[in-house]
Amino acid sequence: MAEKTLKKVDIIFAEYLVSPYKILEETIKRPKNEIIQEILDSGLRGRGGAGFPTGLKWKFGASAKAEPKYIVCNADEGEPGTFKDREILTKVPRKVFLGMGICAFVTGATKGILYLRAEYNYLIPSLNNELQIFHEKAKLLGLDFNITIFSGSGAYVCGEETALIESMEGKRGEPRNKPPFPVQSGYLGKPTIVNNVETFVSASMVCRIGAVEYKKLGTEDQSGSKLFSISGDTHKAGVYELELGMKVSEFVEEFGDGDTKAVQIGGVAGVCVPRKNFEATIIGQGSSSGGSTMVFNSTRSMYNVLHNYLEFFQEESCGQCTPCRVGCQQLLKGIEAIKAGTKPAEYLNQLMKLTETMKLTAKCGLGQSVGNSFNSIVTNFREEMIY
Amino acid sequence: MENLINLTIDGIDVQVERGKSILEAAKIANVRIPTLCHHDDLCVAGNCRVCVVEVIGRPRLEASCAVPAEDGMKVLTSTPKVRTARKDIVSLLVAEHNTQCTTCYRSTNCELQSLSAEYNIDNDDYISVLKPQKPIDKSSWSVEKDDSKCVRCQRCVRTCAELQHVNALTASGKGNHMKISTFLELPMNDVVCTNCGQCITHCPTGALTERRYYSDIWEAIGDPTKHVIINTAPSVRVGLGEMLGFPIGTRVTGKMVTALKKMGFDSVLDTDFTADLTIIEEGSEFLQRLEDALVHKKQVALPMLTSCSPGWVKFIEHMYPNHLDHLSTCKSPQQMFGALAKTYYAEKMGIKPENIVSVAGMPCAAKKFEANRPEMKSSGYQDVDCGLTTRELGHMIKQSGLDFTNLQESHFDSLMGESTGAAVIFGATGGVMEAALRTVYELITGRPVPFENLNIVPVRGLEGIKEASVKLENCLPKYSFLEGVEARFAVAHGLKNARIIMDQIAKGESPYHFIEVMACPGGCIGGGGQPIPTNNAIRRKRIEAIYAEDEGLAKRKSHDNEELKKLYQDFLKEPLGHKSHKLLHTKYRKRNRY
Ligand SMILES: Cc1cc2nc3c(=O)[nH]c(=O)nc-3n(C[C@H](O)[C@H](O)[C@H](O)COP(=O)(O)O)c2cc1C
Ligand code: SF4
Ligand code: SF4
Ligand code: SF4
Ligand code: SF4
Ligand code: FES
Repeated sequence: MAEKTLKKVDIIFAEYLVSPYKILEETIKRPKNEIIQEILDSGLRGRGGAGFPTGLKWKFGASAKAEPKYIVCNADEGEPGTFKDREILTKVPRKVFLGMGICAFVTGATKGILYLRAEYNYLIPSLNNELQIFHEKAKLLGLDFNITIFSGSGAYVCGEETALIESMEGKRGEPRNKPPFPVQSGYLGKPTIVNNVETFVSASMVCRIGAVEYKKLGTEDQSGSKLFSISGDTHKAGVYELELGMKVSEFVEEFGDGDTKAVQIGGVAGVCVPRKNFEATIIGQGSSSGGSTMVFNSTRSMYNVLHNYLEFFQEESCGQCTPCRVGCQQLLKGIEAIKAGTKPAEYLNQLMKLTETMKLTAKCGLGQSVGNSFNSIVTNFREEMIY
Repeated sequence: MENLINLTIDGIDVQVERGKSILEAAKIANVRIPTLCHHDDLCVAGNCRVCVVEVIGRPRLEASCAVPAEDGMKVLTSTPKVRTARKDIVSLLVAEHNTQCTTCYRSTNCELQSLSAEYNIDNDDYISVLKPQKPIDKSSWSVEKDDSKCVRCQRCVRTCAELQHVNALTASGKGNHMKISTFLELPMNDVVCTNCGQCITHCPTGALTERRYYSDIWEAIGDPTKHVIINTAPSVRVGLGEMLGFPIGTRVTGKMVTALKKMGFDSVLDTDFTADLTIIEEGSEFLQRLEDALVHKKQVALPMLTSCSPGWVKFIEHMYPNHLDHLSTCKSPQQMFGALAKTYYAEKMGIKPENIVSVAGMPCAAKKFEANRPEMKSSGYQDVDCGLTTRELGHMIKQSGLDFTNLQESHFDSLMGESTGAAVIFGATGGVMEAALRTVYELITGRPVPFENLNIVPVRGLEGIKEASVKLENCLPKYSFLEGVEARFAVAHGLKNARIIMDQIAKGESPYHFIEVMACPGGCIGGGGQPIPTNNAIRRKRIEAIYAEDEGLAKRKSHDNEELKKLYQDFLKEPLGHKSHKLLHTKYRKRNRY
């Protein structure tokens, strides 16, 4: 696989040369299958964290039988330190609605919902203005698709697509059992395509420039460019659009403060890469790259980092399933006990085994992924956990 | 067939309908998968994760209760991976639990305890994350809630929502704060809870139990100045055996009576006696309402609704407070019994009412609340001193050291011990209606109800809402105003179905004249005080036992009860008379909706 060097790109926030509505007009002249194939060929994966191939999701959505179909734009963005979706909705909301419009066209969905994190409610007036324009254009183009805004309930777990749907239905934000997947039976039991804000923008980008052009960016595993919310021990905290496929070492060179000892990729649900692996680890390959990217320098206690993560998880788990609800509490109490000396260092092994159980048995991505950061931190910074 | 799929479970070939879960498929293959949050009565939750299995080709384990079986699937239910994960999960539950088995009411009948024993859980594997102890909520007369023993399976939440449409319980908080709560965390007696006790019978652990009163009863029995009497409801005799080593659906009437006598009750009587009385009073009230409507053209509330299920009564008080006039004013058989115990019985037996302790053995949790309703003092004393559940009776019998299996059978005592088959069937959904029809039809026409062998089959069984109608022809002169009327009846059980009935009434669209409602699914045989577990298979067996008991009795119509005739002769004088009004009828009140 060809290695990429770190490249900042400017596509997502860039002004389009042609208006997004022109692109919508052009796109929906094409056969639906062709558009889906284009997205499939582009290799675009969802930007919400799970990295599911977008073209495939749309294809399932298109072949789902029931009516009406819904398209949900996931703007819950509940993870601390991430604000890329907010930036998109502030700067280029039109591109989001364009992506949703194309998705509606290919799947036959007639209703769209923007699930907006409650903290972003201040955006509603400007988004509504945009929506008014969108609806007028859609009407002119004969596209029967109407988007409304739903103000979210605030919990991190409500970003999980089925919990999000539950919360839209007025229920407690608890993830559902899958199957059925939302594309089969989602909001109000109807086929529902849930995508991240950025995914819709990237999909529209694919439609504009074509799969071949899009694939020139990124790796085979993850094509394209992506927004990174960068925070931690860096002088350049903020949202950056970077081509996928750079080495962590390059990333550190650009964003580190000269003393970086670890980088957390893919947010709290992702993995922590220690210095010794900077060269060998490629961002956008294998590992998830959603969420924020956090840079830690050598003054940081990785115990504290992990402690913070676990505190976050034990609070933000929805609490319904045993491995996640009790598991998160155990991991936190466990590392505290080891630090305090009331449990032996070997207890770390028991806790690592527990993360395996959590990964195998938790009901949703939250509980399943707690082990990622836990194991990478404990394995690479074991002494810091004990002493 | 297209709708059937083939898969293997631990190498065993199974064929199931598409849409069935892996768990259901395993049942067919005779492979047992442990469960906790799953209950046959309820929708799938998939939250405990105890039931995980390996599906070849899938990276993670799957919750077998929640994942549909698929064609060609290969399922393994007991691999090292599965066993390790399951044991871990049960360990986690134990780490969160206030393990107090030696003092726990559910000990030996607790699903967490069995799982923990099965997997040999070591208490030292994990650190306790038990939350600081909140006092047990004992505010309700009926339901005790102890969060420290909750496994958060949400069976109670689903029960209260799906079966009962009450929604008194809800999951609140997230993460480590997630718990089962009420509206604003109010105590149980301040919320919309009907006391039906269904959440108790669906709870796998000791987190929800009935409030227990049997220590008081032992004390009263031991007090020589007290005359302690007990009346037992029809469903107790077909459920109690389950607590004492008998197969489900065994009738233990005679042994139960012997046991209670041996335990020291001064008189062991039958709630059926006042069930028969209820039929006479309620039947007369129904006829009165019809006459008022048809002859006197008065505004009366029809359809009339039965009122013998106190959970149902509280439900309508909370949910449909503007339609209370549809409820029959008759008290439940338990309360009629209590009112007569301290008047008629006291008089006849020459015992001072203040020395009588009147106990009711009930399949019900709501009857504890009912006994303590402030208006239930028409004898001048608290009419019923104490309501015990079938489960409490089972415990008392065990405590008494009796060899229940080998007890001789004996008969209920008298006064107020005689019963007919009509009263026995009160225990099953449809029974009150059937009993009422056996009497009312005969009152109107002078002929027995026109169903073979008096069995009114359309109102029997577990269907949620059942209907029947009878055409009234050749009526006796007194009831000539009913000539040609097609009388329509309905039977609902489970408050979910009660709500459908009430919504019809609220809209003015109810096509019926008389409706029986029981709060609990299946009627009292599935009551909140019955042995645990309960599911439809068990309900059916208890129902069969009830009808077998009915068929076995010589008298099967309430108006044939000899003791009852004497009660009217000597004491009440006539149905709906002055004394009846004072002792046997009651009023209802509006209640809040949260
Ligand atoms: C705990 C949890 C939180 C999540 N939060 C978000 C979120 O804030 N925004 C988002 O787009 N996806 C979030 N996801 C992922 C969604 O479940 C879903 O996969 C995604 O919205 C699908 O869109 P995509 O295919 O475009 O990525 C979350 C998943 C989990 C398990
Ligand atoms: S894994 Fe955690 S967040 Fe997901 S369903 Fe289970 S308890 Fe809820
Ligand atoms: S609820 Fe079960 S496990 Fe818990 S103390 Fe009671 S019997 Fe033991
Ligand atoms: S007793 Fe009945 S109404 Fe009350 S909480 Fe339990 S299930 Fe709900
Ligand atoms: S109270 Fe009982 S039924 Fe309800 S969640 Fe807790 S353990 Fe489950
Ligand atoms: S029994 Fe299947 S998850 Fe609880």
